[in-house]
Amino acid sequence: MPNIRNYGELFLVFFKIGAFTFGGGYAMIPLIRNEVVKKKRWLNDNEFMDMLAIAQSIPGPIALNTALFVGNKRLGFKGSLFSAAGIILPSFIIILLIAILFSQFSDNPIVERIFKGIRPAVVALIAAPLLGLGRSAGVNRRNLWIPVAVALAVWLLKISPVWIILAAILMGVSHLIYLKKVMKK
Amino acid sequence: MELIDLYIALFIAFFKIGLFGFGGGYAMLPLIQQEVVDIHGWITVADFTDIVAISQTTPGPIAFNSATYIGYSAVTEMGFAHGYGVVGSAIATLAVSLPSLVLMTLVCTFFFRLKNNAWMQASLSVLKPAIIGLIASAALMLMNGYNFIDYKSWIIFGVVLVASLKKVDPILLILLSGVAGLLLYST
Repeated sequence: MPNIRNYGELFLVFFKIGAFTFGGGYAMIPLIRNEVVKKKRWLNDNEFMDMLAIAQSIPGPIALNTALFVGNKRLGFKGSLFSAAGIILPSFIIILLIAILFSQFSDNPIVERIFKGIRPAVVALIAAPLLGLGRSAGVNRRNLWIPVAVALAVWLLKISPVWIILAAILMGVSHLIYLKKVMKK
Repeated sequence: MELIDLYIALFIAFFKIGLFGFGGGYAMLPLIQQEVVDIHGWITVADFTDIVAISQTTPGPIAFNSATYIGYSAVTEMGFAHGYGVVGSAIATLAVSLPSLVLMTLVCTFFFRLKNNAWMQASLSVLKPAIIGLIASAALMLMNGYNFIDYKSWIIFGVVLVASLKKVDPILLILLSGVAGLLLYST
């Protein structure tokens, strides 16, 4: 029977991960592995890799999906509530404090000057990892048109990413149906 | 607008963001921007960029950070008190997390073998390159007249792009470009 300490431990491990991982997503993976596989031994390396594949296949932040998976595997649905609370709370508290402070300082001329410098840097930080990410997502000469078409459709035509996601799933599935039909013949 | 309507709108918008936010992080930005800037007008595109900057310098996923921030500011900007803003913040953060909770519970209960599922693999073969396109569109959508006000903006952009490709820490780059803004722009 899991007791209150088991739930508390789940919460604390993910609270720690949530509080110390900057940049989110892929930057958190080594830290999560260190806690969950090496220190706590809740999952072995194979299970961890399986979990990553699943966490990246369903929507939502990867860090949250990872927390939910580990919590559920360890202590069921209730466990996943504790691990999710752990990963969400640190950023919730920090950002709420910033929002409250920032709403009073955003019209301050010095803050405005600082953000004039930061805004173009933000765009550069989003653009910089594109090449590396593209390679690891399996983008090649044959499917390069997909990211290009998506970027143009969302940027210029203002098409909702919701439709892009649905169309991508539909294309992948219909391609598989086509392949299965060809195989039968 | 009634407070309750605003809460419902926040919940729906962020639930949608959580449900269709494949790829996490930057890939979710175009959807968040369309919902909170273009459709609902809760914040301006410059404020949105500031939130992304704050997300890059604080722990936690961008989807949570923007939900928490916008949930608060959308409510207080409408003239409601801080306490109502905190509630808005909690509603948006819960809404963005809810789809993951439901889907992950289903995955853990019924189809743990999802990763070897042929249909899942087929969908991902198109989804993955599409997600790269979404990240690119996030960068393109933010390359506008609000964020790039003059040639100095482009210099900062170029320097940070090169430094980031050379693996310089993003938090350091944000801090340095803030200092650059302070020095380059006068009030």
